[in-house]
Amino acid sequence: METSGLISELERCFPPDRLLQRPAQMAPYESDALTAFRARPAAVILAETQAEVIQAVRLCHRHAIPFVARGSGTSLSGGSLPVEEGIVIALNRLNRVLRLDPAQRIAVVEPGVINLDVSRAAAPHGLYYAPDPSSQLICTIGGNVAFNSGGAHCLKYGMTANHVLGLKAVLPDGEVVQLGGESLESVGPDLTGFFVGSEGLFGVALEIILRLLPKPECYRTVLAAYDSLAGAGDAVAQVVASGLLPGAMEIMDALAIEAAEAAVHAGYPRDAAALLIVELEGERVQVEAEFAHLLRVIEGSGPKTVTVAKDDADRARIWKGRKSAFSAVGRLSPDYLVQDGVVPRSRLGEALATIERLSRTHNLRVANVFHAGDGNLHPLILFNGRVAGELERAEALAGEIIQMCIALGGSVTGEHGIGMEKRQHMRAMFTTTDLEVMAELRRALDPGEISNRGKMFPDGEAPALSSHGVHPLERQGVISRE
Amino acid sequence: MSATLSTTMSAVTVISPETNEDVQTVVCAYEQIVVRGGGTKPALCTAGDGATVLDTRRLTGIVEYEPGEFVFTARAGTPLREIADALAAYGQYLPFDPPLVQEGATLGGTVAAGLSGSGRHRYGGVRDFLIGVRFVDGQGRLVRGGGKVVKNAAGFDLPKLLVGSIGRLGVIVEASFKVFPQPPRYATLRVSQPSLDAALAAITRLNGSTFDIEALDLLIEAGAPVLYVRQGGLATTLEERQQSLRIWLGVGTPLRETDEAEFWAAARAFSWAPADWSLVKTPITLNTIPVLEQILQASGAQRRYLAGGALVWIAWPGELAQLHVYLTQLQLSGLVLRGETQWPFVGARTGASLAARVKRVLDPTNRFPIL
Ligand SMILES: Cc1cc2nc3c(=O)[nH]c(=O)nc-3n(C[C@H](O)[C@H](O)[C@H](O)COP(=O)(O)OP(=O)(O)OC[C@H]3O[C@@H](n4cnc5c(N)ncnc54)[C@H](O)[C@@H]3O)c2cc1C
Repeated sequence: METSGLISELERCFPPDRLLQRPAQMAPYESDALTAFRARPAAVILAETQAEVIQAVRLCHRHAIPFVARGSGTSLSGGSLPVEEGIVIALNRLNRVLRLDPAQRIAVVEPGVINLDVSRAAAPHGLYYAPDPSSQLICTIGGNVAFNSGGAHCLKYGMTANHVLGLKAVLPDGEVVQLGGESLESVGPDLTGFFVGSEGLFGVALEIILRLLPKPECYRTVLAAYDSLAGAGDAVAQVVASGLLPGAMEIMDALAIEAAEAAVHAGYPRDAAALLIVELEGERVQVEAEFAHLLRVIEGSGPKTVTVAKDDADRARIWKGRKSAFSAVGRLSPDYLVQDGVVPRSRLGEALATIERLSRTHNLRVANVFHAGDGNLHPLILFNGRVAGELERAEALAGEIIQMCIALGGSVTGEHGIGMEKRQHMRAMFTTTDLEVMAELRRALDPGEISNRGKMFPDGEAPALSSHGVHPLERQGVISRE
Repeated sequence: MSATLSTTMSAVTVISPETNEDVQTVVCAYEQIVVRGGGTKPALCTAGDGATVLDTRRLTGIVEYEPGEFVFTARAGTPLREIADALAAYGQYLPFDPPLVQEGATLGGTVAAGLSGSGRHRYGGVRDFLIGVRFVDGQGRLVRGGGKVVKNAAGFDLPKLLVGSIGRLGVIVEASFKVFPQPPRYATLRVSQPSLDAALAAITRLNGSTFDIEALDLLIEAGAPVLYVRQGGLATTLEERQQSLRIWLGVGTPLRETDEAEFWAAARAFSWAPADWSLVKTPITLNTIPVLEQILQASGAQRRYLAGGALVWIAWPGELAQLHVYLTQLQLSGLVLRGETQWPFVGARTGASLAARVKRVLDPTNRFPIL
């Protein structure tokens, strides 16, 4: 790729400390949280204003050089992996909450705003931003928009797309568009919804209008332990079928429990094969009545033990364990792959039993900590990349789990996106025509395919799977996974 | 092909395909096509001279419904009434509360028009519950987006793109939805307001409160604002919850149980809107209501504000061109459901250039009307 023309133009627009070109400076940007992939860009732009982002995109377009927008680089599917010799547009410095309107219950934010900071800003008004990925302490709203990210509390009020009312974006060819608005409703095709989840292929979101919700009056949380993972999975199906509508329903298996206990002492029962967390939220009288019903359903599902959170501190501890479990499991092993497939909720028990079996046949440990309420699995496949053949075995195991999800009528990804990692599975989900139409839509927005080139579509060029280990920012102590 | 051909009195051909392949054949065979479901939103499905009507009502039936999974898939021409009944048998419902159910609206027409009703206040609109879609685009291609599970991030979100596409990007032939358990009981409080300001202040307070409200509509009855606040839940606690709400609001009269269901059914049917007036959906925010209300009142329009001030249905007596001017001034946009108009959008519009790019991909020869 011939980048010198672009680089010299960029040098005129950005000071050297915000146009990184030396390998050492760019190292933290070479991969995301899927560290098996790594690529070196030609330059990294640390943008500070929307105008700078627009200018950078327009220059890339004029020079036909690919770019990748980047938030905090916590993508688990290689979504923010740079294009080799392309440009990275880092958005962390566009981190202003531009407007918070408690009466209309909206927040207008720049893309680099950290997910949790939206809720922090809204808290004094009794409001919060609902989607809560486990990475919410570090991931950005821009990244959330690109991946339609979810979290533990997305069962009742939905994922990122359900909370984005409108946005301003620069399309890959430099046009700036305004989609949606401040109303919960819209007319015409839902272009905001179409942009959300486009994995950075539709350009860069510059300003996002988010819906805020009032904090519920009351939460009731129960922790049930089971003798088997499948038992916990079946309990989820029973809770769903009971007609209750929990705010969250999460499962952790023995490995995850152990790791979470070691990390944050959540007080989980240690001898369980699986834990199920179910939480109800809403008006107190209603929640209390429903909670009694929930406990009956849980009792009927054959748990070993049932623990009810007594107070806010108890509840906070349960959630702290859950939210740290993911990265805590990661620390049990030099390397891991995480899958994100979805199965129908009524098939959860079956799916989990299959994963256990596959784990044995491939002789690799698999930890499960996931959003059970929407059937969204997160098996973490633990391996050691230094042992010859383990990475390949881990990948084979991951592939079989994905095939199972498809066979059960589910999806290859619930929230982490296709990115780099799951591109080859798109063909199992969609027909050639479906993919062709998606590719045409992409080119209608990005004729040169410069925005996040090589991602999502099955035929893109893939850099070889190579290195492993912790996130480069993590190694430097810039981020940590909580 | 098993499609039936019939010709109405005007020179418009109506074709009713029965299979997806039929739809593909029809789309490829005719140059100008208007898609029609139940015909309950005439402004969105009336064909001009020379156009062919593709009637979806034979693409009917629930394809899959697993109650324990809270997900169903149905063909586009399935009447909402049939779906609502099937769901109700298992205590489930469409939480976005689509309008015109009893009047014959179809599932596909509701998605294409992007319509949700008063009940969308609680959990969101049609866009928030649609999880998968199959459609035939203007090139006759059968395309699928999304899936049949409640959570799915694979591929572009074509289901959302089709919401509000009013039959101008393709013919929706099948749709999958997630659904929720329906509250076993409802109760509604009627709260008269001394002034519009007071009504808006009450809505603001309610929107920021921890009350779980199913629907929150603002009506103008005999010139005076009245709020209708609907709660839902377990029969054992509903009375107590309504009582707390009443105390919190300081006023309010419960609707009688029989009137309650009827009141919301009437809202769904637009029975308050004079049949020969235009009917327009307009997304709004709470802070636009004072100015808008002045205009609507002065123009003699009937109106109903929904979902805590997120949406207004306007029944407009005069020329839509005049409403277009007003809405444009306020930077609001509207969708005409009923009324004389060549072009269903009124007022300001956002995203038109992106919509045009999408249109060029899915319907490059404009078989369907322009968007
Ligand atoms: C420990 C851990 C836990 C996690 N838990 C969850 C979870 O519970 N739920 C979940 O959904 N995900 C989870 N993730 C995945 C990840 O955090 C999310 O995908 C998140 O949204 C990524 O945000 P980011 O700011 O890091 O984006 P990045 O990784 O920097 O970028 C992600 C994608 O977004 C694009 N992008 C970034 N900004 C913009 C923009 N402004 N406009 C357009 N495109 C943009 C990038 O090009 C890239 O394709 C987890 C990750 C980790 C490491």
